[in-house]
Amino acid sequence: MTAAYDTSERVAELAGEKYKDGFVTEIEMVRAEKGLNEEVVRFISARKQEPEWMLEWRLSAFQRWRQMSEPKWARVHYPPIDYQDAYYYAAPKSQPDRPASLDDVDPKLIETYQKLGIPLSEQKLLAGVAVDAVFDSVSVATTFKRRLNEAGVIFCPISEAIRDYPDLVRKYLGSVVPVTDNFFATLNSAVFSDGSFVYVPEGVRCPMELSTYFRINASETGQFERTLIIADKNSYVSYLEGCTAPKRDRHQLHAAVVELVALDGAEIKYSTVQNWYPGDENGRGGIYNFVTKRGDCRGRGSKISWTQVETGSAITWKYPSCILRGDDSIGEFYSIAITNNYQQADTGTKMLHLGRNTRSRIISKGISAGRAQNTYRGLVSVHAKAENARNHTQCDSLLIGPHCGAHTVPYIEGRNPSAKIEHEATTSKISDDQLFYAMARGIPEEEAVALIVNGFCREVLQQLPMEFAVEAQKLVGISLEGSVG
Amino acid sequence: MKLLEIDDLHVSVQGKEILKGITLSVPEGELHAIMGPNGSGKSTLSYTLAGREGYEVTRGQVLYRGDDLTALSPDRRAALGVFLALQYPVEIPGVVTLTFLKVALNAQRRARGEQEFDAVQVLRSVRQNAAALNIPEDMLKRPLNAGFSGGEKKRMEILQMALFEPRLAILDETDSGLDIDALRLVASGVNAQRAPDRGILVITHYQRLLDYIVPDRVHVLAGGRIVRSGGPDLALELEKSGYGAVVEVA
Repeated sequence: MTAAYDTSERVAELAGEKYKDGFVTEIEMVRAEKGLNEEVVRFISARKQEPEWMLEWRLSAFQRWRQMSEPKWARVHYPPIDYQDAYYYAAPKSQPDRPASLDDVDPKLIETYQKLGIPLSEQKLLAGVAVDAVFDSVSVATTFKRRLNEAGVIFCPISEAIRDYPDLVRKYLGSVVPVTDNFFATLNSAVFSDGSFVYVPEGVRCPMELSTYFRINASETGQFERTLIIADKNSYVSYLEGCTAPKRDRHQLHAAVVELVALDGAEIKYSTVQNWYPGDENGRGGIYNFVTKRGDCRGRGSKISWTQVETGSAITWKYPSCILRGDDSIGEFYSIAITNNYQQADTGTKMLHLGRNTRSRIISKGISAGRAQNTYRGLVSVHAKAENARNHTQCDSLLIGPHCGAHTVPYIEGRNPSAKIEHEATTSKISDDQLFYAMARGIPEEEAVALIVNGFCREVLQQLPMEFAVEAQKLVGISLEGSVG
Repeated sequence: MKLLEIDDLHVSVQGKEILKGITLSVPEGELHAIMGPNGSGKSTLSYTLAGREGYEVTRGQVLYRGDDLTALSPDRRAALGVFLALQYPVEIPGVVTLTFLKVALNAQRRARGEQEFDAVQVLRSVRQNAAALNIPEDMLKRPLNAGFSGGEKKRMEILQMALFEPRLAILDETDSGLDIDALRLVASGVNAQRAPDRGILVITHYQRLLDYIVPDRVHVLAGGRIVRSGGPDLALELEKSGYGAVVEVA
């Protein structure tokens, strides 16, 4: 049976909680001084005991960032951000260095993760999930290191990888998202504090799902994590990230960068369940989620698949993309973006076809309720040498109520006459007939909405690893509470 | 105590009065047919009984097992045992039929304070009932009603009726759009569910259905009122002389 059952059941249980992850953990923090300058960049680098080359890299990014300006082309509106009025580094005080084992982790942190439903304990081994948890700016614990080590898989905080695997990091960091890529990515390059690093060696199928949970706890603190995943030839890895934050009245900035590199015949499956605090019913507070994610299918027959479920954040600005450089490489983007109340999302993907016989598939499901605005923005670009490139895009929007908006902005560039590019788009509303029908069969209204929306998203939900599909379906229901009636 | 007692029911839709004083009662164990020409208010009556928004009761009352239904939402009514089979069952894309059935069944059970069924119990119950209605397994795995033929949709409605075991079932033009084989199948499904503690209200335009489902009482609805009531013979009379004659006499 499908997981949709549990979803609808749990939605009812959780009714009234609205944003269930909105608690704050009282932990003493070490912070950098407020604001952003070269000293803060040096402070972060020193705190991480980074080698000189890394500091140089950060400083060059910072110099560059000072000359850049925020992108304004997205269909999102927000007051100017004062980048000097925030903290760029915060870490739980009890552990400036990484804990040696789970026993050394602050019990309050473990409690936090338990509240979030993240089983950090080794029991999770049974479920086959290895978890790296990033709390504000530092990575707290990585489980199952040994089993991964046996397979030759490296899965550790990126701060550790910089120290322990400098050659790999230097070779790949910034090779997909260059330091100068865009305002937010460049800012991240200067001040990123932690994140995950994964290397899967040639021919290895990673023996478990890898997973990172990000949590912003400290107030007025930006989170800038950086993730780098390298799948060597003919390897496979599936990676999932989850995100939550406490309720705060003020907006908080989250500017992450994720880089994926898939070499010949390698496959990376990257799934996100994003549930940052979306702000309240009147649009107060919430996370500004300005994220750069890009994968490079660098070899022949490489495959990168992005799946995202975006339910949180006041503003989402995010375009997980694929560079289909290798011949016969494949890029996929499966997305659910739900906006309610005053949330704004401008999200989509870029599929850049450079190699021959490259294929891409885009399925985007946008759901808009309340006074929210939801935009799909996607680029499909077939370059001159990309013989026989193919793309199929399907973009569906669902509107709930009369005050929200759905927008679809596809950009299509074909420079090779053999390209086949298809774009389908639909916009629909949850009909009164559907709602009445479900209710007349005994299903309460909010549960009925969740069920219908889950049906609308089914093709994308199916792409998620099973245990996360349940979580995602549950979130769909919770995000839409109060959107009808 | 009557299962369903409708007394002087007036209903308006978008400010226009459609039902103009219906009085009708259905005791437990009986099957009543409501017949009437197009526009007589048949569907308005069924939607009103199920509690659809926009169907405003301006006068009178609907008692179900002694309690007034009119203030309850559709899901509350379903939990109390009121079932409506729709004339046009609605497609719900992406929601697997079996999922829908489990969610609905357990929502009803939860509302009644009963233990919910697990997946295995639901599947067993659905399969049993599906077999009797000639509903193949793969239909249960498809999204609800999406791409189903007219006959398949109607059979799915009867399957739900069998699964939910309502005390009061209202079948709104369940015969419309069915060929003779499908009609027989649906009729035998309904007949199988006649029970001493269950009342059934069959709403139909044509007498044809009543060849297969023999009612205890027949009521003729015209112009928003019940203009005649009688035994099964009344349906045959209607078939012979048409609604015009019956309505005029009234």
